[in-house]
Amino acid sequence: MSFFDQMKKKAVETAQADESKKEEAKKPEKSVEVKAESKVDAVKSEVATEAAKELPKKIEVAPIAQKSSSKIDTSEGKHFAVGIDLGTTHCVLSYADITEGDDEFSQQVMGISQLTSPSIVEEKFQLPSFLYQAHDAELPANSTALPWNAKPDFIVGEIARSLGSKTPIRLVSSAKSWLCHAGVDCKSPILPAEAPDEVQRVSPFDATKAYLQHMRDAWLLLHPNAPLSEQDLVLTVPASFDPAARELTVEAARAVGLSHAILLEEPQAALYSWIEQTHGEWRKQAKTGDVILVIDVGGGTTDLSLIAVTEKDGVLDLTRVAVGEHILLGGDNMDLALAYTVKAKIEKDGKRLEPWQVQALTHGCRDAKEKIFSSDVTSVPLVVPNRGSSLIDGTLRSELTRDEVNSVLIEGFLPKVTVSERPVSRPRGGLQTKGLPYAQDAGITRHLAAFLAKQQNAANDLDGIDLPKGATFLHPTAVLFNGGVFKAEALSQRLIDVLNSWLKTENAPEVRLLAGADLDLAVARGAAYYGFVRKGKGVRIKGGTAAAYYVGIESAMPSVPGMPPEIQALCIAPFGMEEGTKVELSDSEFGLVVGEQVRFRFFSSNTRREDIIGTRLDYWQDDELSELNEIEVTLDQEGRRSGEVVSVHLGSAVTEVGTLELQAFSNKDNGHWKIEFDVRS
Amino acid sequence: MDITNYTIDLALKPTTFDLWHVCLAGTVAILAGALILTLLSLVMCLARRKETTDAEPQVKIVEKIVQSEPIVQIVEKIVEVPVEKIVEKIVEVEKIVQIPAPAPVVLKEANADAALQLLYLLQNDARFIDFIKEDMSGHSDEDVGMVARVIHEGCNKVLDEHFSFSPIAKENEGDSITLLEGYDAAKVRVTGNIVGNPPFTGKIIHKGWQVTDVRLPSTVQGYNSNVIAPAEVEL
Repeated sequence: MSFFDQMKKKAVETAQADESKKEEAKKPEKSVEVKAESKVDAVKSEVATEAAKELPKKIEVAPIAQKSSSKIDTSEGKHFAVGIDLGTTHCVLSYADITEGDDEFSQQVMGISQLTSPSIVEEKFQLPSFLYQAHDAELPANSTALPWNAKPDFIVGEIARSLGSKTPIRLVSSAKSWLCHAGVDCKSPILPAEAPDEVQRVSPFDATKAYLQHMRDAWLLLHPNAPLSEQDLVLTVPASFDPAARELTVEAARAVGLSHAILLEEPQAALYSWIEQTHGEWRKQAKTGDVILVIDVGGGTTDLSLIAVTEKDGVLDLTRVAVGEHILLGGDNMDLALAYTVKAKIEKDGKRLEPWQVQALTHGCRDAKEKIFSSDVTSVPLVVPNRGSSLIDGTLRSELTRDEVNSVLIEGFLPKVTVSERPVSRPRGGLQTKGLPYAQDAGITRHLAAFLAKQQNAANDLDGIDLPKGATFLHPTAVLFNGGVFKAEALSQRLIDVLNSWLKTENAPEVRLLAGADLDLAVARGAAYYGFVRKGKGVRIKGGTAAAYYVGIESAMPSVPGMPPEIQALCIAPFGMEEGTKVELSDSEFGLVVGEQVRFRFFSSNTRREDIIGTRLDYWQDDELSELNEIEVTLDQEGRRSGEVVSVHLGSAVTEVGTLELQAFSNKDNGHWKIEFDVRS
Repeated sequence: MDITNYTIDLALKPTTFDLWHVCLAGTVAILAGALILTLLSLVMCLARRKETTDAEPQVKIVEKIVQSEPIVQIVEKIVEVPVEKIVEKIVEVEKIVQIPAPAPVVLKEANADAALQLLYLLQNDARFIDFIKEDMSGHSDEDVGMVARVIHEGCNKVLDEHFSFSPIAKENEGDSITLLEGYDAAKVRVTGNIVGNPPFTGKIIHKGWQVTDVRLPSTVQGYNSNVIAPAEVEL
């Protein structure tokens, strides 16, 4: 409508004008939804114009989340499907009203009320996963009050991140990565790891609880008559999370009253989101025999998954056939790498940078990187203003050039390598501080090559997926990206190029890009959609457990002095166990002493698909089995004599929630005991 | 002929009373009467005008009358009728003046908290106060420009985060536009040659800005909004 028309309309009907104003006022609330729809349209039109075969190799850049001021929904009797992306660096909550029970699915991302600085509460789509342990005298009284709690136990969200950026010794970050860190007790107060003694520490488990609790309360503020504990709730975890980490996540949810939460792997969530956004058109973009590679590069982790498309009775089926290792390498590493490049440049002139300047540089590099990737400038000036009130004196300046970005990010993180290359792992220095096991090789393409080669046989059992003879890795046919990193077309294009170069050497067709994904919010959106799918409203990705699990048993062989006893690996949960199934290993007996703790070594394998329950391995390749934290079982004394030996056999079950449960069953009566994932190693 | 014979003797008085003299005397009397009338009406007019300039709002009405009727007519038609009309209007206007005077417009006072909050956001995310309050005289344009980039970017981020803007005119600046009668004068300001009645046609000089949404953060009770940036002390 032209300006002229508008004026005319306003003059004639003021009442109508008022209504349109009201509508404008409503708009921001729905902004996310609208964005999603427009993207769907884009996907649809692509499908319509393409002759089913080649899809445009274009990434759609998701708009940066804007803030919304959501309205409070006081209606009763509503039911929502809620998905929470519990990220390493931030959390997102997406939800959809499923009260009606029809097939319509329209979802929104919730603005999470949080403190952004002392005494200031704002709504943001992302809740930064940070927790700050403020000093008693640090903040004004009552300045950490939230709309639902005048004195929260923990300071989380944007305020924690911003305060922590200046006082890192009091900042808890990356709690999620610690959950999956073998060798630490996730329920003991260990974070912040580098804090002085007087700072009160929290456990990674408590931090996770705090984030969940915050989102639960923020939800209740907006939906006072529909508490989160009564909605269909899906939490996402990395596909590479081990059973103990999954269990901890569910336990954390349970501890804040969200006992019905179920788990979903993040790459699967990303694919669900893509499916939802194509509005049924996905069947035209994916075809039988496809192997979809989901590459999810988050702030701190890289998560890889393979999902095969097969056909059964004329219906397309999706099966998650393989997941990658837990790689602690992500977008934050990229920003840091750029900052250190610029730092080196500045220090060449004899200047020394203080830590706060490096940090400011990292922020600057993040923005500069995005500018370089999204326009054709050759360099972006970087300015780190003085911390004092005088800006210009003491300002640090440099620039980030396109060449630097290309060489550091593209060549550094996505080097052109052959498919036979593997990540380099150097022996770690003897005096390493206790910290997270960050990936040593930043080359994501090398990690990818290793993953595809390792999972070469992942789809062997499926009909319609055949690798040519002599193939050295599993050939993906389509790629779905997730994570803000891939907003930079240069990066996604490089990954596609490298993949295609590998495929070309083995005469396989090039990969297609599954376009239309919302790179920032897809995981939360997909999680909410999964809640809807579970009601039988859409295609469900099958998969089950992403690994087979083994207990270590000392073999009955004469011991050799000086050598540790040989151990055997006994399979107690096979690969691909579906939710809601259980298996028992009835032909092996263990004698357990009542009241005494028995510990087992615990292994997993994400390649051994043939092993069934009870398979004993005497020998295995180093990269076949990886050792997890020990597991333990203690037989309680209930009704038994202390010191009595009970004969038991082992069994396992995958719960509806998506966690693995190990149990010991008595061979004589109905007694059974839970085997705990030991977190006290 | 001898010219001196025609010399007029002013001291001479008419000795005869003939028709000629009667006519002459009549003319003099009529002229004198007309002069007196004219002077009288002029004095009255001036007196009225003085009265009207004292009360502001009445000016317009008088001016209208003066403009619509030529002065010559006033002089000729005069006295009785127009004077009466004018007197009537004075009474009317006086009534109007009495109404608006006792009802003063209540001005809305600006909310200082919101303004301070915006300053807080601009300072914290964009170092706005630092920049504006800095003495620029000692610095080169290059230095200032460098820092201005940072400030500009930050301020833009703050504005985008907390406000939604849209231009009022959807057309481009420089385009021609027609404003219909009843257009919203608060949204469109016409300038220059404003004559006649709408529709007005003109050129868009500035497309205008309006805020369609404000998303200012809420604050906890007891928050001191006067603190734009706390002093920072590193330990």
